Amino acid sequence: MNIKVLGPGCPKCHQTEKIVKDAVAKSGIQASVEKVTDIMEIAGYGVFVTPSVVVDDDVKCVGKVPTGDMVKAWIEK
Amino acid sequence: MSEIATITEQGAGIEQSPKVEQVDTQPGLIDWKAIWKPLSLIAGVFLIFFWLPIDNSRVTGAVIESLALAKWYAQEHVLLCLVPAFFIAGAISVFVSQASVIKYLGVGARKILSYSVASISGTILAVCSCTVLPLFAGIWKRGAGLGPAIAFLYSGPAINVLAIVLTARILGPEIGLARAVGAVVFSIVIGLLMHLFFRKEEQSKADAALHLPEPEVERPLWQNVVYFAVMVGILVSATWGEPAEPVGLWHVIYSVKWLLTSFFAIILGVLLVKWFRVKAYKVALAAAVVLALAIIFPHEPLIAFSAGIITMVVLITTTRGETERWFLSTWDFAKQIMPLLFAGVLVAGLLLGRPGSEGLIPSQWVSGLVGGNSLWANLFASVVGAFMYFATLTEVPILQGLLGAGMGKGPALALLLAGPALSLPNMLVIRSVLGTKKTITFVALVVVMATISGLIFGHYF
Repeated sequence: MNIKVLGPGCPKCHQTEKIVKDAVAKSGIQASVEKVTDIMEIAGYGVFVTPSVVVDDDVKCVGKVPTGDMVKAWIEK
Repeated sequence: MSEIATITEQGAGIEQSPKVEQVDTQPGLIDWKAIWKPLSLIAGVFLIFFWLPIDNSRVTGAVIESLALAKWYAQEHVLLCLVPAFFIAGAISVFVSQASVIKYLGVGARKILSYSVASISGTILAVCSCTVLPLFAGIWKRGAGLGPAIAFLYSGPAINVLAIVLTARILGPEIGLARAVGAVVFSIVIGLLMHLFFRKEEQSKADAALHLPEPEVERPLWQNVVYFAVMVGILVSATWGEPAEPVGLWHVIYSVKWLLTSFFAIILGVLLVKWFRVKAYKVALAAAVVLALAIIFPHEPLIAFSAGIITMVVLITTTRGETERWFLSTWDFAKQIMPLLFAGVLVAGLLLGRPGSEGLIPSQWVSGLVGGNSLWANLFASVVGAFMYFATLTEVPILQGLLGAGMGKGPALALLLAGPALSLPNMLVIRSVLGTKKTITFVALVVVMATISGLIFGHYF
């Protein structure tokens, strides 16, 4: 499983990255977490507002910091 | 015996010397890469204080000016102006659906509509700097195209609520209004020009799905409008300044400003109960506390006002749901902006002093470079503004210092219009998105427009 956190480097994006990493570590699922900071690549996902989380090329949340439970639900499906 | 002893000694010496060489080639304990930065910082601070020209009256004067300016901000602007503005900005980012705005910037949106929305949506969308660039790239690549993207990029930072409120409050309502109107008008003009210049390069849009934030709106638009109007009412009436002459409508408003503020505060309380599910008895309790303080200290309205802010925070944080998010986003703004603004005020005070006095930089330099309303002064202010980096809102104290030191009002507006939208680091990011040619065109357009608007403004005010 491949998870991408999209965000140019604002505090909220760092927060999101941390929440995602924590949730992955807790669940024990094998997943790579990648931070995407390149703005053109972010735009390539059709995401207008960051932070955003992409799980296996599926955009899961836009413009807000997800909670640990939300991330858990995305990766356990 | 003695010979043998020497031999053993020599032998020992021979044995030791390669060891020493080995030790020297091994990585040492001292990691200079980690040390040189803090070391040079400490050395730098030491050298500054070693040669601190403490006897120089200009330096001591500048330090006192800087502290006096910070005190003036603390007394006059933080409670009445900044704190309410933070709450308004927080409310906008939580209560207004961003998706409803962004959909007008998508591929299918009509051109006129997308330009106008792009030019004014900075008030709603660009309250945080980290949202501007992704939105800009998104609008260009996946949405309405280069023109609206540029319009948004230009006007966004200049017309956010906090910037306009603080500009109008400290630099005067004319400049505040000119800044807002100028930013909107020029963003459309610059967007259209960019679109015309690079018309051929616009490629057909990938018709991929856009991912917009989910609408999280719990009430109709008109309710939001009323709600924001009430908060703006509190802000405006609480900060209403004393007019120069005690006659006319402005003076009447000034003499009843605290009654007006209380009136808006009561409406706010009612709205909190009606629309935000805050318990009525809590609001009544809060109102009683504030009223009691207002009666006990009738000549210190700040006490009652501060109590009002504190009780409101208690109200919205003890009610579950969107009021909590409102508090959190307000807190985010305050946490992000206050330290920057504080540092900006101190530096501006140190370099330029309060209006009417001098800091480290002599006033003649300022008035020589950007005094009056010449083409040169306006152009110089635009170029400096375009390249210099202003942390959020710090352009206001800096300009206040410059105006006090003899800068003309035209160049001041030119700097305000070119400044927050552009900076050298920001240009580099824009370049990575747009490419060198478009970026240079954009920067040149901004500088020319800012210069022209400064000339026009300076001519009339």
